[in-house]
Amino acid sequence: MSDVQSVTDVVAVVLLLLGAFLCLTAGLGLVRFPDVLTRMHAGTKPQVLGVLLIMIGAAFRLQGWSATWMLLLVAVFQMLTAPVSAHMISRVAYRRRHVRRDRLLVDELRTGEAADRLYRGDEPADAPPEEPATALLENRRDEGTLPSS
Amino acid sequence: MSAGVIAEVGPSTAHRLRHQMPLLLWLVLVWNLLWGTWSWANLLSGVAVALGVTLLLPLPPVVGGARLRPVALLRFLGHFVVDLISSGALVAWQTVRPAGIDRSAIITVQLRTDSDLLLTILSESLTLVPGSMVIDLDRERRTIALHILHVRDQADVEQQRDAVLAEEERVVRAFGSPDEIAALGTPPGTEIAGEGRRTP
Repeated sequence: MSDVQSVTDVVAVVLLLLGAFLCLTAGLGLVRFPDVLTRMHAGTKPQVLGVLLIMIGAAFRLQGWSATWMLLLVAVFQMLTAPVSAHMISRVAYRRRHVRRDRLLVDELRTGEAADRLYRGDEPADAPPEEPATALLENRRDEGTLPSS
Repeated sequence: MSAGVIAEVGPSTAHRLRHQMPLLLWLVLVWNLLWGTWSWANLLSGVAVALGVTLLLPLPPVVGGARLRPVALLRFLGHFVVDLISSGALVAWQTVRPAGIDRSAIITVQLRTDSDLLLTILSESLTLVPGSMVIDLDRERRTIALHILHVRDQADVEQQRDAVLAEEERVVRAFGSPDEIAALGTPPGTEIAGEGRRTP
């Protein structure tokens, strides 16, 4: 009986430590990654897996069906909501131009005519452009009000 | 109070309730799981709460509904669990390794399915699988825009595009109607005949 107890304890400890380590790497990613989009990767994937592992470990350790059901609900809602919040934040970040374009290999959302010629780094959309004269020229060209002389 | 609402709105409410049966069952299940113990009182109060929530805070109905294919569903879930674990490990490694991450990419992929429900499932699972996160979904043109963490060259980009299409195929085979499975064979970009399952 006590053997079984110690085996489940070991499994629970391994799962809890592994989950805690994955949550730690999520925090590390937030510090080390260069921009919002890459940071949201760190905030969703290792973190969701870490929470799942902690839930499984806790289910082993707690041993009681009512606690297990609660942990299952936490896991399900974590997997349903984490992608949605990551998507909302990264979508806003992209539209506000919080993108390190120098770190992008390709950007198929903005190609050809729609390519962003004024903003190249991580700048919010309402920041003043680095070269106001060029920005004004580009803006007029986009609107078609520039005389073709 | 709910009886008065039903009498007032009449058959359309009953119709809506039948369409929202899966949602009602899910709410009752969540209520019972939250209480943690099984009893008739929990079941009845769960039904009352679920009815109250769906009547007072109505959502637009999901057009068509889902059909479940057990074998394809198991295949989708198996791939999903493997992807979830490998993506967690991969991203965790990229955060701790000294070199940091390489360059990223934003790609657009032309999808073939035209159903709100399937696109939702696809987007959720794509955000949890390795390296990709959904930024934008153009519902009219059925294109999805993803941010890819860590690509080295153009070959990596093409590989990710193929992975997205494979994931789409697994989702459609698990939850889609026969028409939608047939639409998988059409080359991307062609107009699909008939009504898509989109919310009006």
